[in-house]
Amino acid sequence: MNFLTELREGLLISLGAIRANKMRAALTTLGIVIGIVTVTLMGTAIEGLNQAFLKSISSMGADMLYVSKFNWITRSHSEWMAMYKRRDITVEQAKALARQADFASAIAPTAEDDHSVRYKNRRSNNVMIIGSTEQYLPTSGASVAIGRFLSPSEAEGGRPVCVLGSEVATNLFRNESPLGNRITIGPRTFEVIGVLEKQGSLLGSFSLDNRVVIPLRQWTTWFWNNPNLDISVKVKDVAQLDEAREELRQVMRRIRHVAPGKPDDFSINQMDQFVEMFHRVAGTIAGIGLFITGLALFVGGIGIMNIMFVSVAERTREIGIRKAIGAKRRTILLQFLIEAAAICLLGGLIGLGIAWPLTFAIDHFLPATMSLKVVGIALLTSLVTGVLSGFFPAWRAARMNPVDALRAE
Amino acid sequence: MSLIRFEKISRRYQMGTETVHALREVTLEIARGEYVAIMGPSGSGKSTLMNLVGCLDSPSSGRYELNGTDVSQMDDNQLAEVRNREIGFVFQTFNLLPRSNALHNVELPLIYSGMGSEERRRTALESLAAVGLADRVHHKPNELSGGQRQRVAVARALVNKPSILLADEPTGNLDSKTGQEIMALFEELSRKGHTIIVVTHEEDIARRARRIVRIRDGLIASDERQESKA
Ligand SMILES: Nc1ncnc2c1ncn2[C@@H]1O[C@H](COP(=O)(O)OP(=O)(O)OP(=O)(O)O)[C@@H](O)[C@H]1O
Ligand SMILES: [Mg+2]
Repeated sequence: MNFLTELREGLLISLGAIRANKMRAALTTLGIVIGIVTVTLMGTAIEGLNQAFLKSISSMGADMLYVSKFNWITRSHSEWMAMYKRRDITVEQAKALARQADFASAIAPTAEDDHSVRYKNRRSNNVMIIGSTEQYLPTSGASVAIGRFLSPSEAEGGRPVCVLGSEVATNLFRNESPLGNRITIGPRTFEVIGVLEKQGSLLGSFSLDNRVVIPLRQWTTWFWNNPNLDISVKVKDVAQLDEAREELRQVMRRIRHVAPGKPDDFSINQMDQFVEMFHRVAGTIAGIGLFITGLALFVGGIGIMNIMFVSVAERTREIGIRKAIGAKRRTILLQFLIEAAAICLLGGLIGLGIAWPLTFAIDHFLPATMSLKVVGIALLTSLVTGVLSGFFPAWRAARMNPVDALRAE
Repeated sequence: MSLIRFEKISRRYQMGTETVHALREVTLEIARGEYVAIMGPSGSGKSTLMNLVGCLDSPSSGRYELNGTDVSQMDDNQLAEVRNREIGFVFQTFNLLPRSNALHNVELPLIYSGMGSEERRRTALESLAAVGLADRVHHKPNELSGGQRQRVAVARALVNKPSILLADEPTGNLDSKTGQEIMALFEELSRKGHTIIVVTHEEDIARRARRIVRIRDGLIASDERQESKA
């Protein structure tokens, strides 16, 4: 018998059977629906996380080391407290490091604080004001869109100039060029000499474009005299990152007079940690998601199996008739497998219908869109669940003795 | 050569410790074109015999040759193929698919034999026309009278041009007038050369057949040929 005809016939039969028991089929799919919603949301979240992450770390090169008082990733509050008690990283230490670090191609000390920024009657709140040097450009991965960046002498000197992040520039200046105009930050006005290229956001929430870069000297003069600095270090040879890291550590220990045998009183962060954290978060989401999905699909699968046994029992006579006029085992098996798969696919579609609006909710935290890949995985999952849970009942139907089946009421 | 050749066919059912002998070493030959009535008291083994002839069931022992091939050793799928190609069944309870219309019911054996959809439809319509139901093809079984349902069943049984038409008490659920109509249809089919085996309780229906096999306790009690009435 032609397989396609058989498939078509099986599909028609199962659709007829499902239509005859719409309510039952819909209720049966509940477990599948929950499973598909979870697997879809999980897939969407992980994909969104992945995208946000890739975008974020693309601004941080693999050749970067970040010296800081804090570790990027803290595992406990007590660990954090211990780091909190460390001495600050000072401007003098940063300068000493710059003199001694011959493994680095660029070193940029940065001080950061939130302030509001004004131009005429416009105002932008919570802007990150970064005090740094001309080296900020190569270490931050930013590039200049219009105008220019700080020159070395400006970075050293006291001239109040600033470079705007793209978001600040569009917020403050609507119809005029920012270049040459003076904006007010805190107690002081700064002349705009350049605007940075748009960089996007960190993990989808923290904008990298809502910032203003001013000379470090200006920063310490007007905002905070003894800031705790972060130092971004770009190494010359990324292949020698580990050696550079070790050298950096030794230099910092010397500069900060850490006694031999004592632990470091500073942290050296690098992208790897971020990657590691990301994998942990993604792994956790995937783990929880897979667990819920697996559980829901298992329960759903049992439900499908149960309803398929009922369906087979109800239609014993029909099975007998079909066998009497020439249906083979394979035909009957296929018929009920298709029915189980169709019910599960129905559940999958309902699940996708529920998950779709929910991805918009996720989109508030992560850049999330339901991708075709996720849809495909969801439908495939429900199909496989249907086939697996339908197999046992379908097998029982296929093996029925025609005489017994015909005698059934 | 015989179309059907039973050689010491037995069918036993194990009921716990007890063995029920539904058929005991039955030997029987039926030639192509014969019209045979099978009679006997209830529980004598008539349906068992029909199921074996129709390859719905396999004998516990003995040898069954259908059309010269030994079918007693065939597996499930091979038997399904034989049923599809060689056998047409008509049951007392019609056994139509309730959700399908007459046309689809008649098409079913053709679907299983893999016929293309256009030819299938045409063949099924011809078969329905042959039993006088050309104007009822889109009716579902519950929209048809008992006699019409049985005609659909006959159309379905014949649509694959089988070697044998088997009918187990085909008039059992019909009133006597409709029963007569169905039997007239059988007679017509017999005249056209079909091989027909009918199980019946009614003497006057049996007398229409050319040969009457009487069964008692799983054994053939008598096997008589009648004068051709034609
Ligand atoms: N599946 C079965 N299991 C056990 N015994 C069976 C089974 N099928 C038939 N029998 C027994 O085999 C014997 C013959 O049954 P069969 O159905 O062939 O009778 P029958 O001649 O068709 O009777 P009726 O005229 O009432 O239809 C009976 O005694 C019956 O109880
Ligand atoms: Mg019987």
